[in-house]
Amino acid sequence: MSAAGPLEHVTRAVERARQAGATACDAVAIEAESSSTSVRLGEVETVKLSRERRLGLRCFAGQSSAVASTADLDGDAIDAFARQVVEMARAVAPDPVSGLPDASLLATDAPDLELADPAGLELSPEGRVERARRCEAAALESDPRLVNSEGAEFALGAARVAYASSGGFSGSYRSTSYSLSVSPIARADGAMQRDYWYDASRSLARLAEPETIGRTAAARTLRRLGARPVPTQQAPIVFDPQTAASLLSHLASAACGGALYRRASFLLERLETEIGSALLTVVDDGRLTRGLASRPFDAEGLATRRTVVVERGVLRSYLLDTYAARKLALASTGSAARSVGDVPSASPTNFHLEAGAHTPEQIIASVPRGLYVTGLSGFGVNGVTGDYSRGASGLWIENGELTHPVEEVTIAGNLLQMYRDVEMVGDDLTFRSSIASPTLKIRQMTIAGR
Amino acid sequence: MSDTDATRPEAFFFDRFGLDARALEGTLGTALARRADFADLYFEFRTVQGVALEEGSVKKTTHSVSQGVGVRVLAGEKTGYAYSDEVTVERLQVAATHARQIASDAGTSGAIDLRRGDAGHALYPLASTEFARPLPERIALLEAVDRAARAYDPRIVNVMASLATEEKIVLIANSEGELVADRQPLLRLQVACIAEHAGERHQASAGGGGRVAFDFLVGDEERALAFAREAARQALVGFDAVDTPAGPMTVVLGPGWPGVLLHEAVGHGLEGDFNRKGTSAFAKLMGERVASELCTVVDDGTLPSRRGSLNVDDEGTPTRRNVLIEKGRLTGYLQDRLNARLMGVAPTGNGRRESFMHYPMPRMTNTFMLAGEDDPADIIRSVDRGLYAVSFGGGQVDITNGKFVFSASEAYLIEGGKIAAPVKDATLIGNGPDVLTRISRVGSDLALDEGIGVCGKDGQSVPVGVGLPTIRIDDLTVGGTRA
Repeated sequence: MSAAGPLEHVTRAVERARQAGATACDAVAIEAESSSTSVRLGEVETVKLSRERRLGLRCFAGQSSAVASTADLDGDAIDAFARQVVEMARAVAPDPVSGLPDASLLATDAPDLELADPAGLELSPEGRVERARRCEAAALESDPRLVNSEGAEFALGAARVAYASSGGFSGSYRSTSYSLSVSPIARADGAMQRDYWYDASRSLARLAEPETIGRTAAARTLRRLGARPVPTQQAPIVFDPQTAASLLSHLASAACGGALYRRASFLLERLETEIGSALLTVVDDGRLTRGLASRPFDAEGLATRRTVVVERGVLRSYLLDTYAARKLALASTGSAARSVGDVPSASPTNFHLEAGAHTPEQIIASVPRGLYVTGLSGFGVNGVTGDYSRGASGLWIENGELTHPVEEVTIAGNLLQMYRDVEMVGDDLTFRSSIASPTLKIRQMTIAGR
Repeated sequence: MSDTDATRPEAFFFDRFGLDARALEGTLGTALARRADFADLYFEFRTVQGVALEEGSVKKTTHSVSQGVGVRVLAGEKTGYAYSDEVTVERLQVAATHARQIASDAGTSGAIDLRRGDAGHALYPLASTEFARPLPERIALLEAVDRAARAYDPRIVNVMASLATEEKIVLIANSEGELVADRQPLLRLQVACIAEHAGERHQASAGGGGRVAFDFLVGDEERALAFAREAARQALVGFDAVDTPAGPMTVVLGPGWPGVLLHEAVGHGLEGDFNRKGTSAFAKLMGERVASELCTVVDDGTLPSRRGSLNVDDEGTPTRRNVLIEKGRLTGYLQDRLNARLMGVAPTGNGRRESFMHYPMPRMTNTFMLAGEDDPADIIRSVDRGLYAVSFGGGQVDITNGKFVFSASEAYLIEGGKIAAPVKDATLIGNGPDVLTRISRVGSDLALDEGIGVCGKDGQSVPVGVGLPTIRIDDLTVGGTRA
């Protein structure tokens, strides 16, 4: 085994691929270590340690290309691997749009986005167990009806990512991540409910206290006890920040280059048109400090940036990688991402709806009769038409107040109509995951129940 | 890859990594040096070759090789797991030392003497040459798929097709002295079509595969071309779709892929881990009535060539045909070794994992309902007003409260006993422990799906199969927009 790191691996792969006859090439490598510790009912349940190193290489033979990945990172193995990928590329039909980005577009700055907090990695195995145990205990001690648990898990990880291309770019960055989650189970009248809560951060010091996470999970679980369907009807829907973020993720998917040039997006041909309420301003920020999806450069070596996708309801930009941008005759937005063994494709980074003016309480108080959604399930979202139908759970709103819990209903509509029907936006934006939203109120959707 | 020794996969690992039985025994000894119940090693070597076509030509080929070993130690209810993608004696020792940290001190380990264990079935005896065909042949297949889909109708404006050829070689050694190896081929063709007309667009997909030879797709039955036409046909249905009704109604599910109902409504809830912990809505229902008498549901990992089948599961246990529900009564859970031991029952051959980076859990294989006696056409005629759903996207379940959803991607209204207009995509929602009690008719037309199913649990994906005859469910909530 060589002691070389990802930057050495990508540099060597690019050099060898060029020698083997690649007309252009780029490589990405990752080296990651992670650990997770779970505790259930106070006892350690699992301890898992992971260590991963992989190299991915894309080679061009003229306008033909191929991609391969390997975990065999011995020096000679990389040389043989590079030759093999060049051979593969030669067997593929040329694609006139393919190729590396123009060298003039490559990132030249290397901002410190505070993505790594190595100090937290020193937390001892006992300290990791302790965090999970405190979190679960705080949840279960909240109420005697919390009788069981799926457990609490503390996870931490560190990664080094490197990218190099024959176009003249090479760079690498480190990141760390820390998370703590718990899923308690409540029982009453013979029925069980579970819910969860979590936090995730680049820095251990910024991770929420275990007790805070545990108590939030307990409250979310307890309020589901006694849930029942409501009659089928049309009504206003308030999405809590967790479920509202899923509406943003559907928007992000539709705004990404791959769906657009394949003509598989409900946002096709809608640039500079109104696609939502004037209350909607949506931003993708690849350079958010300590952001869970931040990175100094994208998977083609372009500088990441802050892209306003929707401005007061008007679609201002798609999220594009080089290939999709060329297909659409637009410019890349530095949104290329790639798994080690795949071609780059555009994907969102820290994609969020900007906060509005109302507290969640004010939003709920504005609803005479409607549903406050705290959970969604299933895959009933059509990215081509925007048709939307998903299982939902939450709390019924009557005269502006939360009343009984609701389950076994669906909510249905069309995403474009739903974005236009946003009537209120909350002031409660928090980045607990890379796609985030404040509380959202939608004028009306169809609830199917009993 | 072409040089793997298909007949003796354990020799493959020993040759490739310079290991021998003694090295494995030594690692297991290290793993058990503290007070533990069980330890195992899972070696994996996997190659995946992919080709993808869009806009009429193959522009993407991928090739990935992954290899590694996972070391697991079980003590009581605790699991310690560590893996390494470097397979050397030193790394094995490090992983074993990490994995055993869940066990308390004071070891009592005896010597382990590995012997060849039961290699299970021979469900997919394929030579590499039958399976991993040269790139030009695979490219030609996708080009034919593209032509077939476009020829189906001029409104088909784009075709995306991909073919993945995966070959996985595994070697499992455990502290009970068993040494088991398997070679697991897996082929999957996926076709998606975009239809466009007068500014309106629809997409649909179809596909199939299994632990089958390449000829499965190109032989006399021309399955690949049939999948292409099916994706095109479904995409066009969208142009005629009307708004879906909302609320409870009688639902008829067609044969095959709609068996995803069973996977979500009952399958997950019967996995041993959730029942041991008492977190499943099915916990303590063993022997109880959970379905109508017309329903017998099995999970069968022993069907030849099927996507969800395995000669041995990922803990080396031969797979079985397990009856989950017999004539309406709950008769079985799905078990891996850990949960079987803690519940005092035998493993059922359902211990599965995504890769060497993951520890096993109880998972489904091929889950389906046995055929009944009704004529499928009669079942549709028996419904005055309802929904006939024939194709589904995917589903999800909350195993604790039992609520499940699955999303219809092709469905029709039933009016006066006849199939009427197609409807837009809609989610169906119900309660696992009682939805099957409302099944009033079961058809004679059991079909299994075409072989593209993927099941996710705790972040681990594994290939699975489902199956169903035509069934009638009285009163299921349909999540349409028309209130």
